[in-house]
Amino acid sequence: MGYVAIKGGGRAIEGSHAAVEALRTAEGEAGTPLSLSTIEHQLRLLTSRVVSEGGLYHPRLAALAIKQMQGDTLEAAFALRAYRSTKPRLLEMPVQDTANMRLVRRISSAFKDIPGGQMLGPTYDYALRLMRMDLADESPQAFRSVAKRFRQAQPEADLPNSFPKVLDALRSDGLLPPLTQHAVEAFDITREPLVFPVPRSAALATMARAETGSLLAIAYSNMRGYGDVHPTIAELRVGYLPVMLPHPVTGELIEAGEVLMTECEVVAMYEGSDNDGPPVFTLGYGACFGHNEVKAIAMAILDRALQKGMRDGPSNPSEDPEFVLLHVDGVDSMGFASHYKMPHYVTFQSDMDRLRTTQEKATSSEAISSEPTGTQGVRA
Amino acid sequence: MSPDYELPTNEAAYSFGFLDEYAKREVRRCILKAISIPGYQTPYASREMPMGRGFGTGGLQVTLSLIGSNDTLKVIDQGADDSVNAVSLRHFVELTCPGIDTTERTEEATLIQSRHRIPETPLTEAQVLVLQVPYPDPLVLVEPSEVRRKVMHGEGDYSRLLTKLYEDLVHFDEITIAHRYPTRINGHYVIDPSPIPRYDVPLLHQSKALVLLGAGREKKIYAVPPYTNAEPLVFDDVPFRTEDFDDASGKRRACARCGATDSFLDEIIQQGDAPTRWQCSDSDYCNQQLAQRQAMTKVNA
Repeated sequence: MGYVAIKGGGRAIEGSHAAVEALRTAEGEAGTPLSLSTIEHQLRLLTSRVVSEGGLYHPRLAALAIKQMQGDTLEAAFALRAYRSTKPRLLEMPVQDTANMRLVRRISSAFKDIPGGQMLGPTYDYALRLMRMDLADESPQAFRSVAKRFRQAQPEADLPNSFPKVLDALRSDGLLPPLTQHAVEAFDITREPLVFPVPRSAALATMARAETGSLLAIAYSNMRGYGDVHPTIAELRVGYLPVMLPHPVTGELIEAGEVLMTECEVVAMYEGSDNDGPPVFTLGYGACFGHNEVKAIAMAILDRALQKGMRDGPSNPSEDPEFVLLHVDGVDSMGFASHYKMPHYVTFQSDMDRLRTTQEKATSSEAISSEPTGTQGVRA
Repeated sequence: MSPDYELPTNEAAYSFGFLDEYAKREVRRCILKAISIPGYQTPYASREMPMGRGFGTGGLQVTLSLIGSNDTLKVIDQGADDSVNAVSLRHFVELTCPGIDTTERTEEATLIQSRHRIPETPLTEAQVLVLQVPYPDPLVLVEPSEVRRKVMHGEGDYSRLLTKLYEDLVHFDEITIAHRYPTRINGHYVIDPSPIPRYDVPLLHQSKALVLLGAGREKKIYAVPPYTNAEPLVFDDVPFRTEDFDDASGKRRACARCGATDSFLDEIIQQGDAPTRWQCSDSDYCNQQLAQRQAMTKVNA
């Protein structure tokens, strides 16, 4: 009987959800359910990616999303974003000073020595990507002692609470344009649609929650030659930023908590300045929730490229605000790619109608025109 | 504290109606603007919904912003109430809007959310039709940049779209646009009427019901207000043609289930050598026709 593909849709969906759940628990007797704390800590970079792409700093909910979506970053970030969209906006944040970050790691590739010193911190950058077979069969005892031993081996902390920014040094040397205080309101991408041209703050906000891979791909096109940013990382820092919010009663700024974030500032080759001042380096800025250095670097490069595109007009895809900003959101792009799996019977019926009509016309006109040319061996 | 206690559930609970009231109000303001400027693509913030962008999140935000507890909702996809995505969207609205009624009968609904079809049963002034839109801009066929498209709309410059139609005629002797047929609203803006078949486009013209079109991913809402002209883009000497359901002998095919010869048909391929089956795409219309026919047979018997 007809309608097989359509009828019973409700039951099919229920069955599909049960099958997904069965796969999640397929380990059976031997399995242990993942705890949210385990995901948050042992899969910290995955959690970082999800809080950043989800646009909501809630590592525990991000861990839940990762568990629920069985490790799919796009789906997990999507769940977090959809959750976030149910929350009203409470206030506009005052500008936060990242110089106050409690650092985990900071490096500069511009200078050998920077005020406060380089701090390599946790990174895979210089790790050999060899499989560590000892992790394959790790005992809980050994696992539990590692972090403890690491902490015991650390010298009593005489680290300062914050480090100066490398850019400040460049600025005081006149290599960067002086900071101008802009009193413009930041563009809130969660409350306003992007209608081009958009201000830089809209571009930065869009990229801060963009999908890492999409951002990287477009930034990479710029680095390889479809663009001209030759960046030097003035400073890349990872750490906990104290979030200062006005007290609801007194209005005084108080520390409401802290967020783990990654920030990258790239310096690019100078350009002749528009006004009569001396030429200076140009800047690109990248920042995102969580620990995700590739994303922050890609964003900084694109910020620089987009600033150029906004000023001179784009000469590459990576300099075109519309091209970059409308194609880097993971929730949008994965949703649209997935939607092609839905029924398209009606539109396809309509497509077939057009094709058949066109084919008929082509056949009938061929029949007429083929009589005189039939003997010449013309191939279609 | 229990060792299993990891997340306070009240912290993660969802609010009534899913969207917060500010978001709904914003959508309603955009709807008013869209109705005031027929066919104009009104930008709006477009919240993330808990289903994929492309699955009807634009239509859903319109529906959720309008629906009240005295509304009766019908959700269809490909004309059918029981299509997987229609089931999923209806379930979501039922879950988040307790108190509303849902129906499969077109004439009982006050609010109809649809993807790819307009119901066969004529709509009334008391009804609102919400269409889900993947591509809100018909000019995307000829111009990828939104900035440039906006200027073209403002200037009423649809010359490149007309050129595309003309080139189709030169290449294929037919206009090849199958669905999403560019349609001029109220003599000015040309809209993408969503991927409805050409068969449904005439239903937009002077429609008694308000038609709202919501594109979630592209963040646009536009409208065809009641009793407004909606004219498919054509040339004076090339008439607009809807899908053709005639068989080889030129006879209009009938629905294999209900026998209707005045509905949009789905072509259903059969196993082996069995001939292709044709059946109404609008499942409610098909059921009603079938019930009528059965009642007639009973009376006659």
